[in-house]
Order: sequence, then C-alpha cells, then structure tokens
Amino acid sequence: MTTATQESKKQVENKELKNVVILFAGDSGDGIQLTGTQFTNTSALLGNDISTFPNFPAEIRAPQGTLAGVSGFQLHFGSVNIYTAGDHSDVLVVMNAAALKANIKNLKPGGIVIANIEGFGPKNLELAKYPKGDNPLKNGSLDKFNVYEVDVTKLTRACLEGSGLGVKDIDRSKNMFVLGFLLWMYNRSMDPTLSFLKEQFKKKPELIETNTKVLKAGYNYGETTETFTTRYEVKAAPMPKGIYRSIMGNQATAIGLITAAKKAGLTLFYGTYPITPASDILHELAKHKNFDVKTFQAEDEIAAVCTAIGASFGGNLGITGSSGPGIALKAEAIGLAVMLELPLVIVNVQRGGPSTGLPTKTEQADLLQALYGRNGECPIVVVAASSPSDCFQMAYDACRISLEHMVPVMLLTDGYIANGAEPWRFPNAKDIPEIKVKFATRKNSVIENGDGKIEKFLPYLRDEKLSRPWALPGTKGMEHRIGGIEKENETGNISYDPDNHEFMVKLRQEKVDRVANYIPEQKIDNGREKGKILVLGWGSTYGSIKTAVKECIDMGIDVSHAHVKYMNPLPKNLGNILKNFDKVLMPEMNNGQFSKIIRDQFLTPTINFNKIKGIPFSAGELKAKIEELNK
Amino acid sequence: MSTTTATPTTEKLTAKDFTSDQEVRWCPGCGDYSILKQAQTIMPELGIPKENIAFVAGIGCASRFPYYMDTYGLHSIHGRATAVASGLKVTRPELSVWVVAGDGDGLSIGGNHTIHLLRRNINVNMMLFNNEIYGLTKGQYSPASPLGKVSKSTPFGSIDYPFNPLALVLGAGGTFIARSMDRDPVHLRTILKRAHEHHGTSFVEIYQNCNVFNDGAFEVFTEKASKKEETLFIEHGKPLIFGANMDKGIKLDGFKPVVVNVADVSANDLWIHDERDEMKATLLTRFFDDPKKAGHMPRPFGIFLIQEKPTYEDAMSAQIADTIKAKGKGDLDTLLRGRETWTIN
Repeated sequence: MTTATQESKKQVENKELKNVVILFAGDSGDGIQLTGTQFTNTSALLGNDISTFPNFPAEIRAPQGTLAGVSGFQLHFGSVNIYTAGDHSDVLVVMNAAALKANIKNLKPGGIVIANIEGFGPKNLELAKYPKGDNPLKNGSLDKFNVYEVDVTKLTRACLEGSGLGVKDIDRSKNMFVLGFLLWMYNRSMDPTLSFLKEQFKKKPELIETNTKVLKAGYNYGETTETFTTRYEVKAAPMPKGIYRSIMGNQATAIGLITAAKKAGLTLFYGTYPITPASDILHELAKHKNFDVKTFQAEDEIAAVCTAIGASFGGNLGITGSSGPGIALKAEAIGLAVMLELPLVIVNVQRGGPSTGLPTKTEQADLLQALYGRNGECPIVVVAASSPSDCFQMAYDACRISLEHMVPVMLLTDGYIANGAEPWRFPNAKDIPEIKVKFATRKNSVIENGDGKIEKFLPYLRDEKLSRPWALPGTKGMEHRIGGIEKENETGNISYDPDNHEFMVKLRQEKVDRVANYIPEQKIDNGREKGKILVLGWGSTYGSIKTAVKECIDMGIDVSHAHVKYMNPLPKNLGNILKNFDKVLMPEMNNGQFSKIIRDQFLTPTINFNKIKGIPFSAGELKAKIEELNK
Repeated sequence: MSTTTATPTTEKLTAKDFTSDQEVRWCPGCGDYSILKQAQTIMPELGIPKENIAFVAGIGCASRFPYYMDTYGLHSIHGRATAVASGLKVTRPELSVWVVAGDGDGLSIGGNHTIHLLRRNINVNMMLFNNEIYGLTKGQYSPASPLGKVSKSTPFGSIDYPFNPLALVLGAGGTFIARSMDRDPVHLRTILKRAHEHHGTSFVEIYQNCNVFNDGAFEVFTEKASKKEETLFIEHGKPLIFGANMDKGIKLDGFKPVVVNVADVSANDLWIHDERDEMKATLLTRFFDDPKKAGHMPRPFGIFLIQEKPTYEDAMSAQIADTIKAKGKGDLDTLLRGRETWTIN
C-alpha cells in the first residue's frame, strides 16, 4: 500500500460497464441499508436505471458477527433497462466474515470482493463458523475472485482521531468510508450524500462534520491507493424523457392512498397495527398529516380494520394495512364490510407464511387468503402491484374501485417490492383522474303505507354498478341502520328469508364481477399476441419474468409475457389470451395459487413453476425454465 | 359528550321520533326494554339534531339496540363496537356516538377494545348492559358471572373469578365511570344524560335482568324489600347514606370505609361523595362484595368519577392543524416529487 503523500499520479484505467450488481453485507448494525440507499439514490440521480433488494434478518440486532445477523442490500444499476435486483452480484462488499460466508455463493466468477479485514479476526471467523485456524481471505478459496482487503475500521479511526468522538461512535461511521470508496470506484459524485448528511444530522452538526470527513477519506483512499487501478463508469440509461425520483414500494403505496383520498375529496383514515413488512406504510402516512391524513395505531389488527370501517361509515376513505397474519385476524371484519357494502381498502404486504413464517422474507402465498379467506360467500375485489412504483398506481386504483363500487378491495404487494426501490417517472397531480364519490342526501323511494304515500330512504337500493347509496351520519332525514346480519334486498332490514339470502349472496358476487367492466383489459407485456409459450405472472415477479422473457425473445424463442394486476375480477379478455398460446407457464412464489384460479376459471392447463424460498425468482432460473419448455 | 358543536333543532322531537319502524324482538320481560325506553326518552332532550346521533353495537342481545333507534346505526361484529365507534368518532367528532354492548361483548371478546377506548378517552358513550350471562347463545356464564355460577357451560359451577367491571374501567383510565340499573328509569335517564354531557369516554354499567337465563341476578338491588339496604346511591357533594330508613352512613377510617349509624356521627364525619376524587372513586369501585357475605358494603349506583382530560380526537385534530400551520396544506405535486428528482432529456 502506498501512502497518500506520494506526489506521482497513479495510472487509473476507466472501464465502461452496462450494468453492475453490488451487494453490501454486514451486521445489521453496520449501516448497510443506509450505505445501499445512498449509493442507490446517487446512481438514480445520475440517470441509471436501478432496482434494489434489501435483505435483513428478522431480529433488529441479531448477535454481532453471526450468520443470523447478516444484513444485505443488493443494488442493480445500469445504462440499460433494469427490471430486477440482479441474480448474481459483481461486487460483494463485506464488513465481516459472516457476511462473506453468507453471500459468496452468489458472486460471479471474477467478481470483486471488498473485505473489511477487521471483521476477519479470530473471533469473527469463529462466529461465522469457519474451522479453527481457517481464514477465507488466506486459504485460497477466493482465488477465482478479485479480493481487496481494506482495513476500514483502522482507517476510519485514524481519520477521526482527535474528533472527540468515542471509539464506538467512530466505528459507526465506517459505512461512510465504504460508501466514499465505492462512489470513487464507480465515478459517482459525493454531493447527494453530503446533502443527505446535512439533512439527517441537522440537530447534531458535529456528526455532519465527522461523517463528511470519513466519506471523503473513503473517496480519497480510492484516489490515492495504488491497489485500485480501475474505475468503472455506468452511464445513464435510455429511459423515457421526464422527471424521475427514486421510490420504494411501501412509500408508493402510501402516496397512492393519499392521492386517491385527495382525488376523491375525502379524509384518509388509516387504522393499522405494526407488522413487518407493512409498517413503513404507516410511517410514511403519519408524516403527511398536513394532507388531512388520520393515522390510528390500533390496539390490535381487529381494531385496526374495525376503526377503518367506522371511518368509512362516517364518509371517509377507510383503509387498513397489514401482512398475512394480520389479515387473518381481520377476516371477520372484512366480511362485515362486505355485508355493510361500505368502501374499505385492505393492504396486504405479503411475507413468508404460514403463521409467523418468514417475517422479513417475501412470498406470494396470500392470494387464496385474499380471495377466499373469510366465512360464508364473501367476495371482495383483489388487485396486485407488480413493482415498487406500480404500488402507487394500484393503491390509487384500489381506492377508486372501493369508493365507486362501495366494495372492500384488497391490494396485494409483498416484501420484495415493498422494500425494493426503482426510478419512477411520477405523474403530475392534474393528470390523475378524479374519483367520483356521491353521498346520498335525498330519500330514494316512495312507498305506500296505510296513511298514503311516504318517501323513504332505502339503503340497499342499487345503481347500474349494483353499488348502494352512501348516506352519512349527519345527513338530515337519512337515518338508517346497517349491520352484519343478512339483510333484505333494498330495505336493508334484517331478513332470514331463504330466497332473499340466496338472492343477496348472488347479488354481492355479481356486484364484484361487474367491476370487470371498470378495469383495463389484460395486455401482453412483451412478445406476440399468439404463439407457443405464454409466461403468465402476477405481483412482484414482474421484473424477473420481464428480464427472462426479453432475453429469450432475443434468443429467438417464441415466448410472450402477460402480467395480471386485477386478480378478482380478472380482466374480461384474459380467457381469450390464454387460448392463443400452446403452453401457459405460471411462475409464482407460492405453491401454485394463481394457477388454481386460472384452471378453475378457464379450464386451461397451466404449467406451474414455483419458488417458495422467501427470495424472488432470478431471471436466470426463469430463463432456463422457458428454454426447457421450448425444447 | 359535550354539546359544543351541536346546533339546536327547531322542531321539538319526542321519544317517538327516536323509535324505528322495526319490531323489537327481545324476550318479553327483558330489562333491555326499559333501557331502550330511557334512551329514546332522553334523546330529544340532548339538544342535538337527530341526524348527528349514531348508535354502534357488536353482537349479543343488547347489540340489537341500534335497529330500534331511529338514528344512524351500525350493528357490527362481536366485541368490536368500541373499535368501530372509535373510527367513526375520530373522523367525525361532531357526531354523538353511542356504543351498546353486553358483558360478554364488551368485557370478554371485546375486552381489549374496551380498555383501549377508555385509555384513549375518545368521546363516545358506552352503555354496558350487564346481565352476568350470555343470553343470545342461550345461557353460558360470562366474565361478569359470580364465582360458582351454574350455567349450561358450567353445570358444576364456574371456577373463574369475574371482572369487577368498574375497577377495570378505572384502571384503564376511564374519565366517566357510572353504574345504573334497568329497574330505576329516573336514575338511568339522569346518568345517561350526564354521560352525554361528559367530554371524553363515558362508561355506564347498567345492571340488566335477563329473565330467561339469569332471572333475579340483581334482585337484591332492585326489589323493594332489599334495595334500600343493599344499594348506595351516590351523589356529588352529598354524604354516603343508605339503609331502609336512610339511617346508615359510610365513614372513612383512614383508607378503610366503615358503616356507621348516621345518628351516632356528626354529618361532617360521613364520607361526602366527590365525583372528581380518583382515590375515593377507587375505593367505591371496591364496594363489590357478594351481598350474601356478612359485613359487605352496599353496592354503589351513580357517578363514581368524572375527570377532564383532552380527548384523542381533539388531540388528533390539533396535531393536524399544527402540521398544516407549520408545513402548509398538503400539495399533491410536492408529495409526488419527493425530496430529490432528476431529469432525463
């Protein structure tokens, strides 16, 4: 290692790359997520297309240095279009031995390892369960990679010597050293991070100074150290013209909900109970009280949905959000909303199940729960988002359908897109359509009774959508009662009449079915309208399928991709699309749930391709499957 | 409930205006009839427009209540009326929101929501119809049934201890705590009106006779022969006096309440009821002995405690107003843009 005092300029080669996958890994206390997010934002601002995949343990601070405590942040950025966080990484940044052990299998041959050598001491090696006396940095096991050992801890401490900070605090800023170094390596500006630090530590100016110092030290380390002779450049991606921002799925969901409330002219009420990975929706909404957003952290999941129902009864946009286990608890109340025929939006950020399952991992296994997980004949509308930014569109649309049809709507997202980020060409507020909400203020029927004709309000009289009038408490003359007991058609009075019950069950189904007239038709995302193989996906598998199908088409394979976002009712033309293909391949991160629905509704044979590992499909494995089917 | 946001109606309404067109379907002789009657009677006297009143219930005999009131009503699911009412009141603070629950509904399956409603002090009025039994499911013991209760599900007697409902309510931070009974219409009407006036959660436990599955559960408190000896009607500023000839009083000996002959003590020595005294209210809720037990205290009826505390919905509205003041009214384009953007030309 040469010292920085040397005057001579070192020779640095500049290499241009189309796309790069970096995986940052370390203890969950190492600031990995922050490093990753900052690098992501910087790359986005530079015009790269991006996709990220944060991967953290369920424990907030799992024992330091252990395999269980490894937190990761994978970033895929490029000058080409990017749809997934990448199958394998080009660069693996590890803060300790456990981080290396957990992730090395996913590094491409010839890939770069940047290792913080302080994390490879005897104690760390033992915690990572390497055999005694064995050090992966020394035993030749990493020979097929380019390994750079950097003493991040020592360099950070040296940089902040005399800063007045304690060793513990100093060590906490070592992620800034790593970030600075990588920004140098990929020719990126430090400015976005510098302005982030100023904002983040507004109240602790001394930390702005120390973090800035360490960030710059990391950058200069790359500049001056002889070891590193190559810098990489990844130019802006050819994206449609416009103004972009970076967005995470949960954030997009929250913004979509607020947008819908504003466009409907209603107060947003969000009743919820903290649960991974849905809590960030609450955190985001709670920040925006100046949009007349009312967030309510309830005592449990049941109260969360019930308060939302109460809010809807009062004429607000009532929303509740959770993940699978919480949705299970809400089931009875969702059934109540079906009977009350009030608007209610339920967000399910799916995670690995059943039971507590894999709280921080992703899965698509709540589709059948969404469709059927309630007592009785209890249909609701179900929609699913396909990417982080799509959460915005689908959250808005879930609200639109719920308000315009007086029906509960469940929005399915999952841990992968909820925590993943991508660039988003956000819309102008004025271009987003209004949501038409009509409150009933006048009696809607005339009935004969003994004294002659009287005007009456019938709360279950219907319009062409089969939705009923929404009359709010506070409206004179419209007093009425609704409830969960079967009700007589039109009057809403309690009724145990057998014929009426069957009629009402069918009517509630028909009401949901008719939503199909108010949603977009299914499109082919990629490939021909008719052909050999159709890959039919839904939800967060979009990016992986898109990448795999694109590559297969480039190879000359006759394959198309359709991605369903309206899960119930399904788009009216979906059946016809299915008929146009010889084979329908259905990749799902579950045991074949959507496939069951497709077979049930269209009697179409489907080929299931399931991955139930708590991690998304890689484009590579999907591509291999398509190639196999093409044989 | 306060009347601050209410505008008086011009037309004079009567109890009949609060009676819906639905046939009441409780068992003949049920205590619920009296409670319904008292509620319908006081509604015109509250000085708020009828359309601003909403009744919310869960499941159980008592929970059919909203169907019989010609107001806005929501008959929800078992135990959840308090949660539904919370969502309604928090978003529509100008409404007068009433919760009707039974002891199974409010203390068992919905116990969690009841304590959190009280903790948040949301301005709703909760009427807990306590009949110490499950009626709608035909006669199982409830969390309010006394130990040893023989019921369909406990043929050899119940082995779990009952809640002391008002002690529970006090512990949960209730700001209006009262007890009344179906058989004393005047008292019940007074208490319900006071509950309405209170700005915060009002909890009224109403002893209600289930003449089919638990007949006579409260008869020592309601029957002429024993009522005066077994009940203690408490009124703010007045001494605690009871007994057939109103000859018994209660005096505090340190923290220990003792029964004395009124004739033996000076009026100043008796415990004077103070609705604002939380410590004394705590003692009063402990007047909960089995009336068969020797030396037991009479059962208090009336308002145990009233406390003024900001309500949840007021605090929420204030926070929203403050945020708007600090940040300006939310602008959708600013929200959509976020903090950092970049342009692709």
